[in-house]
Amino acid sequence: MNNLDAILLIVIVSLVTILLRFLPFIIFNGKKETPKIITYLGNVLPFSVMAMLVVYCFKDVTFNNFPYGLPELIAGGSVFILHILKKNTLLSIIGGTAIYMILIQFIFI
Amino acid sequence: MRQIIKHSFIKSLPVMAGYLVLGFGFGIISEKSGYGFIWVLAMSTFIYAGSMQYVTISLLTGGATLISAALTTLMVNARHLFYGITMIEPYKKTGLFKPYLIFGLTDETYSLVCNGETPDNVDFTKYAFFVSLFNQIYWIVGSILGAIIGNLIKINFMGIEFAMTALFITVLVDQWRKTKNHFPSIIGLVTSIICLIIFGKENFLIPSMLIISLVLWLTSELNKKKEVKNNE
Repeated sequence: MNNLDAILLIVIVSLVTILLRFLPFIIFNGKKETPKIITYLGNVLPFSVMAMLVVYCFKDVTFNNFPYGLPELIAGGSVFILHILKKNTLLSIIGGTAIYMILIQFIFI
Repeated sequence: MRQIIKHSFIKSLPVMAGYLVLGFGFGIISEKSGYGFIWVLAMSTFIYAGSMQYVTISLLTGGATLISAALTTLMVNARHLFYGITMIEPYKKTGLFKPYLIFGLTDETYSLVCNGETPDNVDFTKYAFFVSLFNQIYWIVGSILGAIIGNLIKINFMGIEFAMTALFITVLVDQWRKTKNHFPSIIGLVTSIICLIIFGKENFLIPSMLIISLVLWLTSELNKKKEVKNNE
């Protein structure tokens, strides 16, 4: 691909990404009252979206052959338990990430 | 102001860990594919969407057409529509900051602002601005470092990108604690797992979002009817 084509491609990817981010704000621009259903979804969706994002993070994990998703499940479980017990975001993240790195670099290799 | 900057910085630390590393990885791959420093800087500044930038590299090296690039971006980034819908109210009164706040609404930034609240002494608009700005700086710095010195670093960082997953799990737990109505979290979890199994990892986000919205809308309608009945 020559440079001009590459630049055009990057511009397209950038514009579509920007469009997707701005679209809801353009449609419901606050001049008219936002429909009740959108306000309602706006209130409840953050909970569903975070759950969906967690699943999204696990999408590349293979459960049917070695290491059967064990590093991700153990590390993810550790974050979960740490956070319930200690309620300290940084601690949960650093702890879970360290466990994950040890698991994939030294144990499940 | 210093307090706001400090608060935003501390909140953004987990993203710093994740973005420096994921950005670094992106920089290395991009450089190896023939798209060095300037390209990396341009992509991280103007596209600024983590997983999409990785995909962009394969679009570039695979010689994708502009139409297929646009469609791929639509598929990969459709979840941003969702973020927008939930941020319409919190971002309503953010004035001049609004365009940048919307532009910078990545998964990770979203996870830090989606509750629309900050401690009493911290202004939400400024908090959201600094978090968005810091996060993009981490991403740009990480990716540029990857492009420039990626080949020199021998430390094994493999797996540090798990910091992002960990961040999302902690937000999920915090949200669970803050509310009594766990239905939206559970619906989100169950629907996306089922859709992942049925539609596969490339295509599951859009059906998940549609079904989640539909179920949440239907249950709110049902609840309304119940309330009407109870009041009669």
